[in-house]
Amino acid sequence: MYIFKRILTMILTIWVITTLTFIIMHSIPGDPFASDADVLPEEVLENMRAKFNLDEPLPVQYVLYLKNLVQFDLGPSIQSETRDVNTLISDGFPASAILGLQSLVIALVFGLLLGIIAALNHNGMLDYAAMAFAILGISIPSFILAPLLINYFAVKWGMFPVASWGTWQHTILPSVALATAPLAIVARFMRSSMLDVMNQNYIKTADAKGLAITGIVIKHGVRNALIPVISFIGPLAAFLLTGTFVIEKIFAIPGIGKYFVDSIFNRDFPVILGTTIFFSTILIVTLFLVDISYRIVDPRIKLTSRGE
Amino acid sequence: MSRLLDVNDLRVSFKTYGGEVKAVRGVDFHIQQGEVLAIVGESGCGKSVTAQSIMGLLPKKVSRIKSGSVTFNGKELLGLSKKQMQKLKGSEIGLISQDPMTSLNPTMRIGSQIAETIKKHTNYSRSKIHDRTIELLDLVGIPNPEKRYRQYPHELSGGMRQRVLIAMALSCEPKLLIADEPTTALDVTIQAQILDLLKDIQVRLGTSIMIITHDLGVVAEVAQRVAVMYAGVIVESGDVEEIFETPKHPYTWGLLKSVPRYEKGKHEKERLVPIEGSPPDLFAPPAGCPFAARCDYAMEICIDQMPDPIKTSETHQARCWLNDTRAPNANDFVAAGGNDV
Amino acid sequence: MAEPKKDDVLFRPVDRSRFQQEKIVRPSMSQWKETTVKILRNKLAILGLGLLVIITILAIIGPHLVPFNYSDQNLSGKNLPPGPEHWFGTDSLGRDMWARTWYGARISLTIGLAAAVIDLILGLIVGGISGYMAGRGKFGDKVDGFLMRIVEILYGIPYLLVVILLLVVMKPGLWTIIIALSITGWVGMARIVRGQILQLKEQEYVAAAEKLGTPHRKIIMRHLFPNMIGIIIVNLTFTIPQAIFAESFLSFIGLGVQAPIASWGTMANDALGVILTGQWWRLFFPGFMISLTMFAFNVFGDGLQDALDPQSKE
Repeated sequence: MYIFKRILTMILTIWVITTLTFIIMHSIPGDPFASDADVLPEEVLENMRAKFNLDEPLPVQYVLYLKNLVQFDLGPSIQSETRDVNTLISDGFPASAILGLQSLVIALVFGLLLGIIAALNHNGMLDYAAMAFAILGISIPSFILAPLLINYFAVKWGMFPVASWGTWQHTILPSVALATAPLAIVARFMRSSMLDVMNQNYIKTADAKGLAITGIVIKHGVRNALIPVISFIGPLAAFLLTGTFVIEKIFAIPGIGKYFVDSIFNRDFPVILGTTIFFSTILIVTLFLVDISYRIVDPRIKLTSRGE
Repeated sequence: MSRLLDVNDLRVSFKTYGGEVKAVRGVDFHIQQGEVLAIVGESGCGKSVTAQSIMGLLPKKVSRIKSGSVTFNGKELLGLSKKQMQKLKGSEIGLISQDPMTSLNPTMRIGSQIAETIKKHTNYSRSKIHDRTIELLDLVGIPNPEKRYRQYPHELSGGMRQRVLIAMALSCEPKLLIADEPTTALDVTIQAQILDLLKDIQVRLGTSIMIITHDLGVVAEVAQRVAVMYAGVIVESGDVEEIFETPKHPYTWGLLKSVPRYEKGKHEKERLVPIEGSPPDLFAPPAGCPFAARCDYAMEICIDQMPDPIKTSETHQARCWLNDTRAPNANDFVAAGGNDV
Repeated sequence: MAEPKKDDVLFRPVDRSRFQQEKIVRPSMSQWKETTVKILRNKLAILGLGLLVIITILAIIGPHLVPFNYSDQNLSGKNLPPGPEHWFGTDSLGRDMWARTWYGARISLTIGLAAAVIDLILGLIVGGISGYMAGRGKFGDKVDGFLMRIVEILYGIPYLLVVILLLVVMKPGLWTIIIALSITGWVGMARIVRGQILQLKEQEYVAAAEKLGTPHRKIIMRHLFPNMIGIIIVNLTFTIPQAIFAESFLSFIGLGVQAPIASWGTMANDALGVILTGQWWRLFFPGFMISLTMFAFNVFGDGLQDALDPQSKE
């Protein structure tokens, strides 16, 4: 019942986004071909408008767009003659997905480790060092960090390629640049969650059982501290996703983020619309999966109810 | 009977922003084999801290055991290494902690939480650990143990959780069970059940029990001997009859008068008398008797000098100047148990 | 037994007044005083606050300290490294980086503050109504449910995408960015306010005040608001840098304030092409300022949060 309700909300959200985006896109005065009006003959323009259904009244265009959308057809691109929005997305998705997932893994693995280490050394040197790193990580935006990484690791020390995409070496610098801030946030989050859990009575119970410290930390501490952190993976994914816009731009990676930013400058509305819907859907589905896994990991919350 | 646990001059302090809080200020007591000792006192008097320092459970960063000795089964505990202590905890000394609602790991099944202890201290096979866990659940009166084994703490009532905690503490047949306010968080009827269970364990398994409580009803129910604690010191100790019948310390008198008593054939309502005031701040404990400021019988000497324990029988002693022969009408006061003379 | 000496002075009943003077050893503090004391003890938080004050002052007076305007071009003196004349160097159009950096600080701080204030007002209104109406009969629950549905849907929308879309269709500029950021930004504040109110409503003293017939306005002003102000302030110290970050992010991908207006994000974006040519100052100053501001807000916010947490008594 809960899952059903959630899926319904998801679909509703996607529909709201689609409608909103559609209205915003079409509230711009004039049409996308206005700049071409002087150079192209009137018939060509008419044909173009017909191709993009721009000659129909707005409600009809809307219904047509939704109809295509339900069939997972995001329509043609204005800029690119040969590639429609679907092709653009499927071309760009692999690079973006690798970049995003790799960053997510880096952020989670190292963030959690750092948070746990800091918490176990509460008010010790390691704690201060980890938190100093975390504060720096949060303070330096990825678009400042990325050029710095390129300057040192690629240009000066030649350890990695400067930009572009291809081998796994190409993925390291962008992934690190993208992962640093979320890593820092995860570390802080995990630290405070861990400190909270280690003060709980059940940790004292475990201690009174005579268990070794490592066992207590892993079995009783980390497991419980992870639960609130899981709920943070949703916003984290959103963070990474928008981060890919700049990272892909800086490193010249042929991903969806780059197409998205390009389409903004080219005012390529079908592409903007399509990528927005695509991004939103990915995010919403991620939020949904996170929510579900949260409920599975924490036995106190039942999947059947909202449980709050 | 030999002494299982012997605590001598135990002093524990906590570091805080403001300075040092002396939570336990020289505590002496012992527990005989197979005996139930109750430590009574209001919250903040240091009774839980005493229990936790015996088991080495105090947070190491903020607390310090300043002095004293804790001898368990002929072995000094305070100097033991972490490893040696871990061997002892859960196997020879079991702890039943204060709050059953928060003392179980919420994301772990009941069975595994009990089995964990057995696994740590024995080299039983998997199936034997399982069987022992079921046996324990059965022993503490949990119906349907096979089903409960697979449940999570939130699926159990408070009383059931307390039983699980008791099963956990009993899992390796410890010689000593420390029960820190085992019934405080429970309903009255459940309280009685849990106390019966503890008594039953003591009789059947011969386990010594140190029960920490603020509830004199609990004391009367289970204890053989009582130690009354106030502001980090034991002010009076003795057999349970001695404490209830002939208390020798004004604080004990106050405690007794502040709980309702039902006596057969006595119809007029007895008025409950609260103890006015509050315990001293252990941040700067008074030099003299800590109870003096609240004591109706306080004398000049009480302000500056803490009395040593004064024995009034082989088993009974109190730290109060009223028991000193120099005190005026001391014998009358003490004999009257603080009731108006 | 020795013969009791009944007239021993020490054993006379004590003079009660002797107990009065040593009653209170640890003075109790009001919450505000305690918070202030805790903040002042937290060196990092004080450092953050100090940095914020300095940045603000420089944003106000900084551009006037040099004889250059942020938009003055001087093609004969372009790409100069920092020196006695141009303290932060110049950019590829010969514009003074010092003037631009502090002018950019004005833009960034304005956007951060304005967006945060709008978020706060909208969040207080929506979250307040929602939280207050919840549990007040059928109609109340309906209002709460309706508002929360909106919030839920908006929360599911990746906010930067919406902001980007809005910026694509609206005329670029300072207020466009502020509005775009606020349209989605209030949702978080609304959720917090609602959660707080629901929690406070459970408290006995609020229930008591309501049973006694205290007017709603008074309950809100006396009980709800004072108890929420802490968490709201803490939240502000995190939303302001978020807005500043978002602005620089948007400026960086080319959707922020338009030339010749400077902001830290646009300056960093301008510098991207020349980072490999050794003109380090082009990226360093705007990048450093963004990071420093983020840092200052974050440590100050952390300190404030710790100070307001009654559990961190130690």
